Amino acid sequence: MGPGQYTGSTQAVLSDLGIGFLSLKEFGCCGYPLRNFHFKAYLLASVRNLAVAEKNSLSLITMCNCCFGSLKLAEHFMKKDERLRKEFNTTLAKEGLHYEGGMEPKHVLQVLHDDIGIERLRANIRQTFRGLKLAVHYGCHILRPSEIVHFDHPFTPTKFDRLVSLTGADSVPWSSKLDCCGSPLTGINDDLSMDLTEKKLRNAKGAGADYLCVSCPYCFTQFGRVQNMILSQRGSDVSLPPILYSQLLGLCLGLKPQDLRLEMNALPVNGIFRFLSEN
Amino acid sequence: MLYSLSLYISLTIFFLGLLYKVSTWFRYSIGIEGSGISTSGRLLAAAHGIVTTLLSRKILTLFRVFILDVLLQARTFREDFYRWLMHMFIYGGFMLLLLMHALSKFTTAVLFSDYYSTLNPFLFLRDFGALAVILGLFLAMFRRHFRKGWRPATNAMDLYALLILAIIMTSGILLEGAKTVSPSAFQGMVQEYLTQPDEEEIRALSSYWVEEYGAVVPHLKGPFDSKTLEEGRKIHEINCMQCHSNPKWGFAGYAVSRIMKPVAEELDQAGLPSLLWHMHFLASFIGLALIPFSKMFHIFASPLSLMVNAVMDRSTSAPANIATKQIIELDACTHCGTCTLRCSVAVVFGEIPNVNILPSEKIASLKALASGRNLSSDQIQIIQQGLFLCTNCNRCTPVCPVGIELRDLWASTRERLLQKSLPESMLLSPLSLYRGLTRELIDQTQYRIPLDLTKKALTSCYSQTEERNPSLPHGLGEQALFSTLKASIQANSFSLCYGCTTCSNSCPVVRNYGKPGDVVGLMPHQLMHAIALRQWDMIFESMMLWYCLGCYQCQENCPQKVQIADILYELKNVAVSRIDKKSP
Repeated sequence: MGPGQYTGSTQAVLSDLGIGFLSLKEFGCCGYPLRNFHFKAYLLASVRNLAVAEKNSLSLITMCNCCFGSLKLAEHFMKKDERLRKEFNTTLAKEGLHYEGGMEPKHVLQVLHDDIGIERLRANIRQTFRGLKLAVHYGCHILRPSEIVHFDHPFTPTKFDRLVSLTGADSVPWSSKLDCCGSPLTGINDDLSMDLTEKKLRNAKGAGADYLCVSCPYCFTQFGRVQNMILSQRGSDVSLPPILYSQLLGLCLGLKPQDLRLEMNALPVNGIFRFLSEN
Repeated sequence: MLYSLSLYISLTIFFLGLLYKVSTWFRYSIGIEGSGISTSGRLLAAAHGIVTTLLSRKILTLFRVFILDVLLQARTFREDFYRWLMHMFIYGGFMLLLLMHALSKFTTAVLFSDYYSTLNPFLFLRDFGALAVILGLFLAMFRRHFRKGWRPATNAMDLYALLILAIIMTSGILLEGAKTVSPSAFQGMVQEYLTQPDEEEIRALSSYWVEEYGAVVPHLKGPFDSKTLEEGRKIHEINCMQCHSNPKWGFAGYAVSRIMKPVAEELDQAGLPSLLWHMHFLASFIGLALIPFSKMFHIFASPLSLMVNAVMDRSTSAPANIATKQIIELDACTHCGTCTLRCSVAVVFGEIPNVNILPSEKIASLKALASGRNLSSDQIQIIQQGLFLCTNCNRCTPVCPVGIELRDLWASTRERLLQKSLPESMLLSPLSLYRGLTRELIDQTQYRIPLDLTKKALTSCYSQTEERNPSLPHGLGEQALFSTLKASIQANSFSLCYGCTTCSNSCPVVRNYGKPGDVVGLMPHQLMHAIALRQWDMIFESMMLWYCLGCYQCQENCPQKVQIADILYELKNVAVSRIDKKSP
């Protein structure tokens, strides 16, 4: 059992680009699923991860929008609420951890777009897509609340689109681009969750997209495994497989499909190869 | 007499206990797989499973797992070298002593015709084994009590296991030392093994043993002349050597004997060797009798768990066998705490002090549930909370040294527990994603019931409480709650709302319905207004809270910068704390 498609493809791409990184097993859940339930437990889980990164003198990168949003919110509260920071540090001290503050958790898309930059990425690209139309799905917590996450403009974001354009694919305009994928309600209200997902899929398909391009594991699961359930349970006629951005970029960097774990995707994306051509 | 009596009593308890424990593997059930299958059905399924496995290629897998994971403890080695070393010392030393020393009548004595426990290499190996166990016990205690940073929780069972092994080992070493310097033990041997000795011969042999073997003989002290010693050596070579190596080879016992030597005669008269002998065999027999009822049962259950899990699969194995396997897994757990160390959400124990959050501590609660012990609904709710507070990240399963399929165990047991119809607020959180994605594994009639039950409990969390004033159905509600929200870091901005409805218009959930009010109750802008009016009944009855995606469209679009999504989160937290008041 190797790493899954999120870790596998992200690590393959970062390694290829020469970004040094470590996967610490001390990291835990960011706490996101607990927010409905217990705000402080939610925040503590994120703060602990910030503390683990701080202890190892590393910057913290995540590929998940929900982790990103949670970590950013945690850092925000630790800056704002000295009393809470002290309280958490008392708890964390039992594990030999401490959070001083000032960490800047980053989303992988930020590392790619802001730190490495489009031009340097372009220099590494070996093959590009021609005539491939992608519906770019940003996901919620990378954009909102913009006051906390500061990734891009919350209503007219362009960074992810630029990253996609770099691969030669066209980012099609579609009206529900910035809407939620529906994942937070899977298991709570499956009908509603599927309604929201199905609407987005129809909208993207209607805009002419061949595939969805996503960056967050929650969104990816929703558009993959839950889309499969929509297809089988609801008899939907709209099928639009998602591909992770790390997988998309990886193909252009000349990485092998198996290193990008394409075979693990819930919906096959084999059709994408016919758009790929050498530079 | 006492020896045989206690041995037979202990053996009887041990075998009956073993029988009882094995019977529970087929009688108890803890997950959804086991409900409705009879014991005989479970036995038949197991027999069928065992036979088909042994006749298939899977037998090679069993063999490999037995060598690598059972004998060599490869899983522990991969995860934590220190723990592997600690366990290897205890387990290696213990097995050596068990096979070579405790069961010598059936093993070493049969294999080696000239076997004597006092003869090398057995004499040396006995001390070597004991010392290894003691070293391992020290490492274990150090790990549990003195290491900085994270430490495994220690329960009474862990202490018992450490203690009983420590007593058996130390009493054995002390006994060896006490016998080495016991005058009566020496005299006894002389009488038993020397044929018609005269005084002079006894004196020569005694001198030799005092000089070379560290024995103590009353009124006999060195230095001895070389002639006497030479004479003694000859007698020794004829009568003693074939069954007695130099006690120095039993290095631990010999070291103890040097400390005892100055007071050896007094200790002997006080009956110390006999006392230690009784301690040693009684402790061993108590340990034996309690194996089925203590942590030491893992000697049987853990290898079984490793091997069974290597050839079983949740998707292909018979449900009856999965149910049986789950009970074996509960017995296999050694409470080592590795799963908790790797648990993604163990940290929240710092805020929610429910030990059932920690995977290593869940097992004890599951054992209580499996045995059918009468638990109050409060106790069950606490266990249920612990089982649900899990992200299903599956980091626990791969590191379990005894191969328990922990994630499957949690998923299956929590589903079974839901059948007790107690609301579980965490069902209405993204922790339910796993349940939603794996819903084909759950009985479809059972899937929705707990969700609806919890929705009902949460939406009536305010209207069914006493603080609500029934004479004021639409009047001002509870002030305390209002103050809480005003003071909250995430919810204090509701008063800025001027009711423009931008939030509700941008909400994908509201937009999903023709008549959203019928489904979600109050929409976001109405919720803001209702807070200002303290209409708690209407607020908490609104499904909008639980159907909120947390996508922040409302908040991002709000011209007044009302933190609408954050306020909804805060209201959900309030509702949860109201129905979970029973939580510890």
